[in-house]
Amino acid sequence: MTQYETVIGIEVHVELKTNTKIFCNCTTEFGGEPNHHTCPVCLGLPGTLPVLNKKVVEYAVRAGLALNCQVAEFSKFDRKNYYYPDLPKNYQVSQFDLPIARQGYVEVEVEGQIKRIGIHHMHMEEDAGKLVHQGNIMTTPYSLVDYNRGGMPLIEIVSEPDMRSPEEARAYVEKLRAIIQYTGVSDCRMEEGSLRCDVNISVRPVGQQELGTKAEIKNLNSFRALQRAAAYEVERQISVLETGGRVIQETRTWDEAKGITVSMRSKEEAHDYRYFPDPDLVPVVLDNQWIEFIKDSLPELPDQRRSRYVEQYGLPEYDATILTLTKEMSDYFEEIIGHYDKPKVISNWMMGEMSRLLNVSGTDITACKIKPLQLAELVKLIDQGTISGKIAKTVFEEMFESGKDPAVIVKEKGLVQISDEGAIASVVDEMIAANPKSVEDFKAGKDKAIGFLVGQVMKATKGKANPDVVNKLLREKLQ
Amino acid sequence: MISKQDVDHVALLARLELTEEEKELYTQQLNKILNAAKALQEVDTDNIPPTAHVLPIQNVFREDRVGKSIDPEKALAIAPEREESFFKVPKIV
Repeated sequence: MTQYETVIGIEVHVELKTNTKIFCNCTTEFGGEPNHHTCPVCLGLPGTLPVLNKKVVEYAVRAGLALNCQVAEFSKFDRKNYYYPDLPKNYQVSQFDLPIARQGYVEVEVEGQIKRIGIHHMHMEEDAGKLVHQGNIMTTPYSLVDYNRGGMPLIEIVSEPDMRSPEEARAYVEKLRAIIQYTGVSDCRMEEGSLRCDVNISVRPVGQQELGTKAEIKNLNSFRALQRAAAYEVERQISVLETGGRVIQETRTWDEAKGITVSMRSKEEAHDYRYFPDPDLVPVVLDNQWIEFIKDSLPELPDQRRSRYVEQYGLPEYDATILTLTKEMSDYFEEIIGHYDKPKVISNWMMGEMSRLLNVSGTDITACKIKPLQLAELVKLIDQGTISGKIAKTVFEEMFESGKDPAVIVKEKGLVQISDEGAIASVVDEMIAANPKSVEDFKAGKDKAIGFLVGQVMKATKGKANPDVVNKLLREKLQ
Repeated sequence: MISKQDVDHVALLARLELTEEEKELYTQQLNKILNAAKALQEVDTDNIPPTAHVLPIQNVFREDRVGKSIDPEKALAIAPEREESFFKVPKIV
């Protein structure tokens, strides 16, 4: 049987977090009434002239440098021509042969292996408007267009076909997202569409130099969707080849509900974009001083931060990797450390209970009701012996639900740990009397039997007894 | 040489519906234009970088300050049809 190799290249569009659009001073604010953030420039009316937003260039350069790219000293804009209702001018202003940045890379870690994924280039362009349909494009009777998004600034990052598995594809986009988030030029929210990716996939027999025919997958709005769609597409293409068929070069869309990719059957001719230089826009020439200035202003990036977590906080590599995966999570973690300097314990809470509850509730850290200071206080309550670690989990769940201070919850629910020996002693006596078998076992040298007795005392006190005190009293009384 | 198929292709890309006579006519006319342009190809352009812009201007920028958008009613006045404050258009698959 033929062994196949998967080849994946990815195009990522990232919306830049500027105040205004790329070529006009309309606001980029999200969620306005349809067509309320438009003007003659972004509506493409005759006689208007676009003027480039300086911040867009600065942000693009910042992202390019963070992705280890060569920033172009000379760069220009071109028109990409196609007819579609989301494009009022019938062309999109983009960059073709002289993009703002080229030849970068990011490093990803998959199954313990570090791999470098090349970035072919990165260019600036304007976003298109948004089409609204009843149901989907196939079922809708007509399209509604909102041009608020038209003219929003984007960077498009085009990778080399360097990825060899759906896992690598996911790791690449995750890493790219983290790096760009850290630079502060975009929120990179996949669900809101401020980070969108198109994945090009082909397969070829192992050892073959020539690339197989590729399909492009769109409509991937989560990392999970990306990985699942890629895995599905690889299997589909292999089965096409195995049954004597040919892979057709086409665009396919991911159907999340069915878990399959579906052909969009667009005509081949639609891809003749007839690029030419936009005469309305002049070239961008960057001097070294500006590039150096932007380079110096780059914040700490994910890989640097990860190394610092290992060195400064003494965290294991694994913790450091997970915590720095998104800027929000990492910033949240650091804020807690600022309040209470116990990195490993706090890391455990973040990767354990916090991740679990965020997963279950389907939210992310930015929507979390627990404030960093409150989580610091919770850990303090455990360290001070006010509550046990077990009770702390209950308190944490309550905090996650209500956003209340841990001390308030502990007080309201009467969860304060009992460390008073007198109060615990009577329960210990009761349990000794009620469990003669375990007492006998312990006295016969089975040290494990004491665990059962500790458990019984904890149960009788609803988890509130201090386990250290319980242990100590039991051992004293059974001697 | 521009063929009639090329004209068909360009017409489709430009969303133009042409009659047979028009296709013939444009095939001839486009070939004449290309022939005229051939004269330019005689010029030796080795070691000359492609022109990015005809004027010697660069770096025309705007500061990132929000200005006023236009009255949405004015924007929608040019819509072929509207629904609420959306432009309403045929769906294109």
